[in-house]
Amino acid sequence: MEKDILKNIRNSFKYNTGLNEEKNIIYFDNAATTQRPDEILDKVYEFYKYKNANPHRGAHYLSMEATFSYENARKRVAKYIGAKEEEIIFTRNATESINLVAYSYGMNNLKEGDEVLISILEHHSNLVPWQYVCKRTGAKLTYIYIDQNYNIDMEDFRKKLNKNVKILAITGASNTVATAPDIYEMIEEAKKLGIIVLVDGAQMMAHKKVDVKKLGCDFLAFSGHKLLSPLGIGVLYGDKEILNRMDPFLLGGDMIEYVYEQETTYAKAPFKFEAGTQNVGGAVGLHAALDYIDSIGIENIYSYEKKLMDFALEEMKKFKFLNIYTNDKENRSPIILFNYKEIHPHDVSSIMDANNIAIRSGHHCAAPLHRYLGMNSSCRASFSFYNTMSEVEKFLEVIPKVQEVFGLGY
Amino acid sequence: MDIKDIYTQMILEESRNNHNKHVLDGASHVEKGHNPSCGDEITLQLKIDNDIIKDASFVGVGCAISQASTSMMIDLIKGKSIDEAAKLAETFIGMIKGDIKNEDELEILEDAVAFENISNMPARVKCAVLAWHTLQEIIKNKSEVK
Repeated sequence: MEKDILKNIRNSFKYNTGLNEEKNIIYFDNAATTQRPDEILDKVYEFYKYKNANPHRGAHYLSMEATFSYENARKRVAKYIGAKEEEIIFTRNATESINLVAYSYGMNNLKEGDEVLISILEHHSNLVPWQYVCKRTGAKLTYIYIDQNYNIDMEDFRKKLNKNVKILAITGASNTVATAPDIYEMIEEAKKLGIIVLVDGAQMMAHKKVDVKKLGCDFLAFSGHKLLSPLGIGVLYGDKEILNRMDPFLLGGDMIEYVYEQETTYAKAPFKFEAGTQNVGGAVGLHAALDYIDSIGIENIYSYEKKLMDFALEEMKKFKFLNIYTNDKENRSPIILFNYKEIHPHDVSSIMDANNIAIRSGHHCAAPLHRYLGMNSSCRASFSFYNTMSEVEKFLEVIPKVQEVFGLGY
Repeated sequence: MDIKDIYTQMILEESRNNHNKHVLDGASHVEKGHNPSCGDEITLQLKIDNDIIKDASFVGVGCAISQASTSMMIDLIKGKSIDEAAKLAETFIGMIKGDIKNEDELEILEDAVAFENISNMPARVKCAVLAWHTLQEIIKNKSEVK
């Protein structure tokens, strides 16, 4: 991406313009949620301003407009990931998407003796639902562990594959140690045993494009808000055949076919899984986000983010007072996980914040991974394509200043 | 606000001072305090005899603010009655929330008034009050047992 193109991109992001005063925030918490550019916000505003009504209900003009906006967004998402329209379910976020699968598929199909296989890299959203469903059904939850470079231990993975494994739920990209597991290979192996595979794409989708049919997963979950869209819109892709065999998740309006006093028949997927009035504004925003990403090119986005990350990581390795927990593979997410040897992450984050730098501190909803790595919490800097190299340089300047505040050398 | 008004010499020193950080032999009350967003936990241990806090300590890990606040709290409550400790907790939490600003009222907190500036840092309030809430929990449970 050329510098002037980047400059134009940054002009669309107004988080530093402020409502009342200019700000100078260096936003490196993109793995938590991204900022949103005007091009996307304007589309959401336009929907609420000119096309707002309840979709799928009523035959009047505005209702038709809302329905059209919503279903167009579904078509756009389907096209983006190589799925069929009826395989796209709108949810609130990746967490809800995974819960939908855990409840509607897991709870109804798992039984004692079955196994659900996940990795130690998982975010709580792809861990706690499975833990719960396993407890309720008597199935066993097993973990694939990682090697010292934070890569999936493929030998461990193969060892844990067996005929009892019914579900493999794996992240497409870690939200902590930057690992991008080789999901193509993992899915190929799992499919030899007929295992149902869910990919948690929450972190992956901002940096990579996938074609679900080539990938071969049964489910793909992701959130819009990590992808420039409004908060509260998420997606579950599900293989059509499996979706139509599944029971509904939430029950109520719009997901039905016929309702009698004692019986109800349900609509087909995806509507069967979309109870109640849906987040049309969010879907419109996601539609705009995918257009926006395509206009820049996700490969351009990722290669630029990678430049930022690679530079930051190499420079950070020079600070002897830091421990870095980040994947060393060429193919990884633009995330750096680190700790000061003598300063707690929350203190680091506060001092960074005092220097206008937003990073994340805590366990990043990956407590079992932190425990596995022998720590309680960590600092995380995560980059996006609208960040600049000069922001990375400023961040690198502030790193030793944190030591200074604590009266420590560097 | 300058970040150095938070990370004062006194708070940094107290956070590194381990004199209150150990297992308490013969503790009568042990209570865990959690900060779910960071995964840190401290365990507060008290030896209460005849409604007097004879001795106190803590174990666990946390940020400088929670460690210093816990240690200073222990220094303050040792030898105090349960009622006095409850009053201290109420005053400290009131100060951090910005509800109590009167200097005379805050006087009982002694060195712990050093945390007053945390009230300007909403993200860290829970770190400063972690041990104090844990103390309140012990006092509340104790009175319920009665």
